Amino acid sequence: MQRAAALVRRGCGPRTPSSWGRSQSSAAAEASAVLKVRPERSRRERILTLESMNPQVKAVEYAVRGPIVLKAGEIELELQRLSSSQWPLAGSSACVLFPQVMALCTYPNLLDSPSFPEDAKKRARRILQACGGHSLGSYSASQGVNCIREDVAAYITRRDGGVPADPDNIYLTTGASDGISTILKILVSGGGKSRTGVMIPIPQYPLYSAVISELDAIQVNYYLDEENCWALNVNELRRAVQEAKDHCDPKVLCIINPGNPTGQVQSRKCIEDVIHFAWEEKLFLLADEVYQDNVYSPDCRFHSFKKVLYEMGPEYSSNVELASFHSTSKGYMGECGYRGGYMEVINLHPEIKGQLVKLLSVRLCPPVSGQAAMDIVVNPPVAGEESFEQFSREKESVLGNLAKKAKLTEDLFNQVPGIHCNPLQGAMYAFPRIFIPVKAVEAAQAHQMAPDMFYCMKLLEETGICVVPGSGFGQREGTYHFRMTILPPVEKLKTVLQKVKDFHINFLEKYA
Amino acid sequence: MASSTGDQSQAVRNGLRTKVLTLHSMNPRVRRVEYAVRGPIVQRALELEQELRQGVKKPFTEVIRANIGDAQAMGQRPITFLRQVLALCVNPDLLTSPSFPDDAKKRAERILQACGGHSLGAYSVSSGIQLIREDVAQYIERRDGGIPADPNNVFLSTGASDAIVTVLKLLVAGEGHTRTGVLIPIPQYPLYSATLAELGAVQVDYYLDEERAWALDVSELHRALCQARGHCHPRALCVINPGNPTGQVQTRECIEAVIRFAFEERLFLLADEVYQDNVYAAGSQFHSFKKVLMEMGPPYARQQELASFHSTSKGYMGECGFRGGYVEVVNMDAAVQQQMLKLMSVRLCPPVPGQALLDLVVSPPAPTDPSFAQFQAERQAVLAELAAKAKLTEQVFNEAPGISCNPVQGAMYSFPRVQLPPRAVERAQELGLAPDMFFCLRLLEETGICVVPGSGFGQREGTYHFRMTILPPLEKLRLLLEKLSRFHAKFTLEYS
Repeated sequence: MQRAAALVRRGCGPRTPSSWGRSQSSAAAEASAVLKVRPERSRRERILTLESMNPQVKAVEYAVRGPIVLKAGEIELELQRLSSSQWPLAGSSACVLFPQVMALCTYPNLLDSPSFPEDAKKRARRILQACGGHSLGSYSASQGVNCIREDVAAYITRRDGGVPADPDNIYLTTGASDGISTILKILVSGGGKSRTGVMIPIPQYPLYSAVISELDAIQVNYYLDEENCWALNVNELRRAVQEAKDHCDPKVLCIINPGNPTGQVQSRKCIEDVIHFAWEEKLFLLADEVYQDNVYSPDCRFHSFKKVLYEMGPEYSSNVELASFHSTSKGYMGECGYRGGYMEVINLHPEIKGQLVKLLSVRLCPPVSGQAAMDIVVNPPVAGEESFEQFSREKESVLGNLAKKAKLTEDLFNQVPGIHCNPLQGAMYAFPRIFIPVKAVEAAQAHQMAPDMFYCMKLLEETGICVVPGSGFGQREGTYHFRMTILPPVEKLKTVLQKVKDFHINFLEKYA
Repeated sequence: MASSTGDQSQAVRNGLRTKVLTLHSMNPRVRRVEYAVRGPIVQRALELEQELRQGVKKPFTEVIRANIGDAQAMGQRPITFLRQVLALCVNPDLLTSPSFPDDAKKRAERILQACGGHSLGAYSVSSGIQLIREDVAQYIERRDGGIPADPNNVFLSTGASDAIVTVLKLLVAGEGHTRTGVLIPIPQYPLYSATLAELGAVQVDYYLDEERAWALDVSELHRALCQARGHCHPRALCVINPGNPTGQVQTRECIEAVIRFAFEERLFLLADEVYQDNVYAAGSQFHSFKKVLMEMGPPYARQQELASFHSTSKGYMGECGFRGGYVEVVNMDAAVQQQMLKLMSVRLCPPVPGQALLDLVVSPPAPTDPSFAQFQAERQAVLAELAAKAKLTEQVFNEAPGISCNPVQGAMYSFPRVQLPPRAVERAQELGLAPDMFFCLRLLEETGICVVPGSGFGQREGTYHFRMTILPPLEKLRLLLEKLSRFHAKFTLEYS
């Protein structure tokens, strides 16, 4: 625990580097050993130190890969990696069409092979034709391969019941994170009290707070309502924006729907209210919709911000500036490693779109294999195509499984005294609230840790289960949570949930 | 841009409100960013391509994109072995297929074993797959004649650009005249100027010496540094070797002198070495900054902070689209290294296919492997052709009166100097264009050849250049070079 505490403190920027379990020997130290020279008696101070480095970078925190995950990496236990949402855990893609198309694009010789279905080949040819030199190895246009942007636009139009999407408003990105970061970057300006304020949900996915830190923008928190299934209340938005106006210029409102870590799926009415609020307060809307294919609760439906905006009529649909984000990392394909994503921008000033492309061009282009991945996601097989039946079964299976696990997790957690878990309406996580006894809070403080960090470290050390403390996502003062994914296979998940239950009961007893 | 306010009031009259996000309200630093390699000239090239597709008659039948170092876009074939292994990684069902050689299968299995869930579709650790970092470290050791590299000091990235930006981000601090200054070569690859603009750091230019094949002079570094100290806090020195756009390959003596200078003046060294496999000129040799640094012994070897960058986009593989790359950091403060990892973790990880590709680049087939012969042949063919094209380019351009081209010792570009008649310069000024931009736009309109004006990279006042890649196939390149030379002659006549 001492070492764990040191790890946590280091993650918050300690003054002096503490030692790792693994030695971080510098090349110079090794080289001098090679060269058999006596070590220097006095060492100059480095140019780049914690004191001299970029203070904004120092302020950045990203709990999802923070101290607890680093600690988990150190522990060579039979690790239950529940800290970040990725799969497949079983070693193969969920939908066989994906690796087929990807292999054909990667090694086009395979187009002559009889082992691949025609519809996979068709898709691969379409992608390759649109690439420079007909190869995934060429840089694409900075906005992304043209025909893939067209396919994305067509997908959006279908998804939104015919509400048109313009390929020119589509930008392919290196995962959704890249697009979100880029848009925020362009938005941040001003100084002192006119510094840009960015409204984000609490709890949030900590990409937002990290980017806001890095850009030295002002984070404006609005609280989701835990009592009400993490509902978004416009009154709370109003409260937040009013308070913010004192010390910054609130310009941006970020929504995550379905929510991460909370899993709530916003109602249509709520989305309309949010849009109206953004219109009233002149806020640029960011709609993080990467879990749009992960909706489990039968009472919930995904409504895209774009569609609702359009259907609210021209006063809104011609005026409200909106950027919506999607990704290949979630849904039913879960291809995180490819870093595929897109954003659709609505009502952006044409000059801003020019600036956007210019900014993106410095990094040349998003990974073309990720763009191809996005194309496969938005262009699934349709009825009549060879791969359609298998694909439909696979998709059903993955989503059905996730829905089952969502319910299972909610139910099992709610059986544990001292744990309360809201329904997992969508996304991939549980964010249960945990009761931490006073004695444990004190013990945490003695170790200079947030109480839920303390809890999670204990959980990790005693069970090997790695989850992320709620303090990494934000929560109401005095409440504690953790985020756990629902991705392991059902039987394994049951085991894990049982272990957490046992641990929790034990923990309550120990610190009673 | 006056039109912006005009547009806005028109918009208001039309019942539309002013936007939240306008040129005036946006991030001012982003507004200052420029990146010529994909700048206005390329946009014009795209328009012309569109017009050609629509059947508009032009003095040319195709637009030649000689503006960007993208070999495969210009017809270079990918290396077979690399794509075979990658295809196996992407679709492990193929591991049972008889169409793939055994060594490719073994490599794929090895990579997949190291991936989360044995799949390229899983996020990796933020610094990159451990096994691949180890392979990169071993590559560095072999390359540098046995000087050790620590995998913990290797961080995989989304192309080299990503890592360069990350390191620069760490370095930027201070305000007003304590604001971080970064020395960059002129001419430079405009990622540097763009990033410094975005980060609000101070760009400090040091000029490469055109008269001496773009040599780097420490006296010029001194001059730049002293001038900079008045208004910023210089903390970093960027070197591109082999150079982009200039193609010069620095001598070992030069690299030693630069290291000594950096050490004395307390500058963090960034060594952009993405063209380390692209060295053509007889008598030129690539020396890595890491190796030279270590061989210089203490105090340099133990204390000089260095970050070296490499990529899968160049070399003989040209796999730009996969965005593979890495940075090796030497003598970096351990706590800062943690911070760097933290920063990388916010974006989760570099694209895993790019990481896999990098693995193959740093550990190619061994002579005893079945795929070796074909791999070697393909690799040699690419490099030989590039060398031939480098020589051809220098030769043809130097035959043209009014164009002079330094030897293309390495990299993928020529950066010839062009004489522009005073009347052309005046005309350009009338149009509000840099003279070499004017020249390049005319070249594009009349020949379809798209190159990037020297003003996009930086050059001495009153000199004009353009950067053209050497990537089109040899015979096509010859035709292009001749066409361009003829255009220049015609242009000179027109404005004499």
